Amino acid sequence: MRALALALLLVAPLAQAGEIPAAERRSDTVTMSAELRAMQADDMANPASFWALDGQTLWDAKAGTSGKSCADCHGDAQASMKGVAARYPAFDGATGRVLDLEARINQCRTDRQGAPPLAMESRELLDLTTYVGLQSRGAPISSSDPRLAPAIETGRQLFSARQGQLNLSCAICHDDNWGRKLGGATVPQAHPTGYPIYRLEWQSVGSLQRRLRNCMVGMRAEPYPFGSDAYIALEAFLMFRAKGLPMETPAVRP
Amino acid sequence: MSQTPTNLTRRAALTGAAATGAGLLVLRSVAPASATPEAMRAVMRTIVGDAPLRKGRVQLDLPPLVENGNTVPMTVTVDSPMTARDHVTAIHVLNEKNPQPYVVSVHMNHRAGAPHFSTRIKLGDTQRVIAIARMSDGSFWSGEQDVIVTIAACLENF
Amino acid sequence: MARALINVPPKAKVGDIIEIKTLVSHPMETGYRVGLGGEILPRNIIQTFTCAYNGEEIYRAEFSPAVAANPYLAFHTLAMETGTLEFRWTGDNDFLLVETASITVE
Repeated sequence: MRALALALLLVAPLAQAGEIPAAERRSDTVTMSAELRAMQADDMANPASFWALDGQTLWDAKAGTSGKSCADCHGDAQASMKGVAARYPAFDGATGRVLDLEARINQCRTDRQGAPPLAMESRELLDLTTYVGLQSRGAPISSSDPRLAPAIETGRQLFSARQGQLNLSCAICHDDNWGRKLGGATVPQAHPTGYPIYRLEWQSVGSLQRRLRNCMVGMRAEPYPFGSDAYIALEAFLMFRAKGLPMETPAVRP
Repeated sequence: MSQTPTNLTRRAALTGAAATGAGLLVLRSVAPASATPEAMRAVMRTIVGDAPLRKGRVQLDLPPLVENGNTVPMTVTVDSPMTARDHVTAIHVLNEKNPQPYVVSVHMNHRAGAPHFSTRIKLGDTQRVIAIARMSDGSFWSGEQDVIVTIAACLENF
Repeated sequence: MARALINVPPKAKVGDIIEIKTLVSHPMETGYRVGLGGEILPRNIIQTFTCAYNGEEIYRAEFSPAVAANPYLAFHTLAMETGTLEFRWTGDNDFLLVETASITVE
């Protein structure tokens, strides 16, 4: 039935396609109901607070053969991590790779702490990324490192390429048809302002990669493996596309 | 978005398409899944007993259109002075079409001060939600709200 | 692990109506869902919540599987005297969580 709704949406001729003008760019928080916006705005009502609080505990906990905690090197996250998530994915000079926040935390664990990497979507990794992300709440998304350009360009191509059994691209929904209805839902602009998010569908916190996987399943496309360069390129492009919007981690979404 | 005539035409076509999709959704949600409206009435009788159930004095605040039935913010407010002589003693929230008719019950006395509470509930389908308040004089009052539950456009698993 | 968040105003005047907000970490598994392997996920819910003010129960809630995951409950009480509010959640699989908060009433 959802496939039918998608198909119906596609039979309409696409008169124009393209990126969202800067003046019309906005967080999808504004299209949520007042009740869900209130749930996001109040830390006492937002269940993602549990992930952030557990992340704070992990930040201070010693891990691995080094016996060091995140705090032993980075100090108080409220100071040292302020604005950091608003600049991720970031270029890592040592390896020449682009890393998202999850990959960066795991690199710290394996290279600095002597600890095994945390699995993608594990509670511990979500706790840490939520806690680090929270320190950027309100900071404008600012990806300005020129070394990110190749990843952004790859991400742009992936975003625009048709894929899956429904022959859709990310751009067909989120550039060309945002604000319109797909069934009862409003098609979002899909800016990654609030990741990790507490998603009502999941009844849990999840990462941007999980959300992207969800979109690919929706398009009946083969999802990329978690942690793959393709996801990181898409993340880099989405952050570039959302430049200037304030971070909202941890956001609530339906 | 630019407001060119072409664009307006496209918008009209898209709206039509989306409306067809929404129509299908509604059709599915009114299909008889279970007989729980009867189960809800049975539970109402156990709560109220032989006392009359009057309409009024209970306001149920639920969004009329729910974005995801997994978490639906709800506030119940009862018209009561909340004095030692005249107050709410319990509020029961029931539904027609979840697998079970009970949602939540709260019990209080005049020390609650204000006769209302907020929580978040699950609604498995488009349906009517009913709140019944029991007053300290033994009377029962009720309020209700119809809620349309939509499903996400793209679910995670099929 | 953080299990509950409670918001009680630290200070109030006698007779003030104060709002208490509670959020507790719990999956509220309904017992009706099917897991990835096709098995029914067993019910695992919080059944009862109580709030006692200096030992006297002032509020009680009974939850069903239709209460959303990570239950949120906001309610009110009259500030009567300085003391302790005790919050208690009990549920399936011997779930028990007790938290307290202090209030100064002038």
